[in-house]
Amino acid sequence: MINWKALGQLIYVRMREYSREPEVLFWAFIFPLLLSSGLGIAFRDRAPDKAYAAVIRSDGAPAVVAALRASGFVQAELLDETEARRALRRGKVSLILRLTGGAGGYEYQFDPLRPDGKLARTMVDQVLQQAAGRTDKVPTRDAIFSEPGARYIDFLIPGLIGMNLMSGGMWGVGFTIAEMKVKKLLKRLIATPMRPTDFLLSIMASRLIFMFIEVGTLLIFGALAFGMKIRAPLLEVLAIGGLGALTFGSMGLLVAARAERIESVMGRMNVIMMPMFVFSGVFFSAERFPAATQPLIKALPLTALNDSLRAAINEGTPWAGLAVPLLILAGWGIISFAVAVKRFRWV
Amino acid sequence: MTIAIRCQDLRKRYDNKVDAVSGIDLEVGVSQCFGLLGPNGAGKTTTVEILEGLLEPTSGEVEVLGRRWREPGAHLRERLGITLQETRFSEKLTVRETLRLFKSFYRKSQDLTQVLDSVSLIDKATTLVAKLSGGQKQRLAVACALVGSPEILFLDEPTTGLDPQSRRQVWDIVRRFQTQGGTVLLTTHYMDEAERLCDQVAIVDHGKVIARGSPRALIHSLGGDHVVEFSVAANAAGELDQARMLAIPSAIQCRREGELHQLTVREAHVAIPALLELLRRDHYELSSLTTRHASLEDVFVNLTGRHLRDD
Ligand SMILES: Nc1ncnc2c1ncn2[C@@H]1O[C@H](COP(=O)(O)OP(=O)(O)OP(=O)(O)O)[C@@H](O)[C@H]1O
Ligand SMILES: [Mg+2]
Repeated sequence: MINWKALGQLIYVRMREYSREPEVLFWAFIFPLLLSSGLGIAFRDRAPDKAYAAVIRSDGAPAVVAALRASGFVQAELLDETEARRALRRGKVSLILRLTGGAGGYEYQFDPLRPDGKLARTMVDQVLQQAAGRTDKVPTRDAIFSEPGARYIDFLIPGLIGMNLMSGGMWGVGFTIAEMKVKKLLKRLIATPMRPTDFLLSIMASRLIFMFIEVGTLLIFGALAFGMKIRAPLLEVLAIGGLGALTFGSMGLLVAARAERIESVMGRMNVIMMPMFVFSGVFFSAERFPAATQPLIKALPLTALNDSLRAAINEGTPWAGLAVPLLILAGWGIISFAVAVKRFRWV
Repeated sequence: MTIAIRCQDLRKRYDNKVDAVSGIDLEVGVSQCFGLLGPNGAGKTTTVEILEGLLEPTSGEVEVLGRRWREPGAHLRERLGITLQETRFSEKLTVRETLRLFKSFYRKSQDLTQVLDSVSLIDKATTLVAKLSGGQKQRLAVACALVGSPEILFLDEPTTGLDPQSRRQVWDIVRRFQTQGGTVLLTTHYMDEAERLCDQVAIVDHGKVIARGSPRALIHSLGGDHVVEFSVAANAAGELDQARMLAIPSAIQCRREGELHQLTVREAHVAIPALLELLRRDHYELSSLTTRHASLEDVFVNLTGRHLRDD
């Protein structure tokens, strides 16, 4: 039987403490907004850059430079051999073009490992070949694909929501409990008739309330500032967020279950969260890691949360389509919670 | 006398090596104020926390209000108020918010304003805990212990580190609780606190009770109620002879601490003239002389040869 009055008070004081903690509010709410606007603007989709090329000074070179410039695709400049090499090394140009006497032949110098090098080679080559009279055998046409759901910001915001739920859950629960323990506040609470379950419930309920605010601000911000579209029902997105909040809250509880010192809790927390920041696809897709590591990466709770959020928000994938990641996420939560409750020490 | 707290042959060993409590028996009557007096590390906190049901004893029996901690349906926590030796309440909550939280755990509880008033924190009700002084924090801790209308109040070093005025405020709260029929168990290493507040004290050292009784009876057991403290100038001829001092009429005991001689006497007005006469005859130059009532501190020093506190 729950003591509702006690539960209400326990949740109320958590909210109160938070509202008087400006740094926490900043990191939980303002920072993700700043980060997403910054990254959203830096990686906004724009017309592809021109290719930058250096043409080594020789007879006939100025004419080639003029032809390249006239194409509108290539920014070319006339340089000495040494200047040109320096420009290539420094990334000012992506390609060096040398006229190899005789039959109007050309030599391309570029670093094949640099994507811009290959791109510049293709573009310069095409301009020069067309100028020399090559015609396309098959007609082609470019269609621009940049609709909401496929842009970087659409990828980023669900990732930031996931990251926020992870750090909010782990810090919000783990750090709070460790601090209460060090201050002997847990011992003082357990010396009252307070039911331990009410206490744990209040911690988890507070996480859920914060989840609404955290997920809500980022989604609203994404929609207003970047015209992001939420394709799944809002309820589904919030439920996924709620599951994430509870799972990471439970992991925080587990980390703090036997804590004696705040520092050791902070250390353990970083060890757990760091790999997920890197591997779970917050800022770039986790699919880019080698195929052999994919099963491991997919088993991480943050990967499961991010994948589910992205699928729901950007593609409108319904519940059934998310069974696997949601089960992985819930598994982490249930196991962490069970072990945490078993290991928990109040004094 | 109805017994509120009883323990028998209580033992606690930490980590299989430190014997913090080695066989303590206590009996505290209802509406008594009982003090556990002892130096640092004596085992006071360990003992109370076992009585409070926060620690498991290694062995021994504990009964609080006639019930055992493991007994189902005892609801003991509803009936006890506790302050720990060290609790730091959440700094980001106000006094009233903190107290309201504690109130919410109890089925039967006191009015918030009334409790705040009784610990003189009513004008600090909306102040954040972070902004309270040490004495105010301690009174908040006592308020949190009182808010559930307890039958027994456990206070672990309620006044350590407080200034004299704050200590007196805490004493007043404890006395008021006791006059309303409440039972108090407190620990302290201030002898004056024990003397003023407690009906009964047990002096604890190295996990054992080395003396017990009312403060008055314990002091009386020294044989003399007064202590004459004096020192003599260093240029005097040789050391003062202990045996000759004990020959002073009504002297019971003689002890020396550095330059200070302490003579426990039954009657100061008999002993002091004799002492002065002895010093004059042997050409000792007196550099200080004071008399005071014997205290529990003297009882402790007498029993152990050590002081309760290092300072
Ligand atoms: N959790 C623990 N683990 C190991 N040893 C402990 C623990 N708690 C206390 N002790 C040891 O048990 C002994 C008694 O400690 P306790 O805290 O009961 O003393 P105390 O009388 O309350 O002292 P103080 O006046 O300093 O508060 C000490 O030697 C202490 O070092
Ligand atoms: Mg202690």
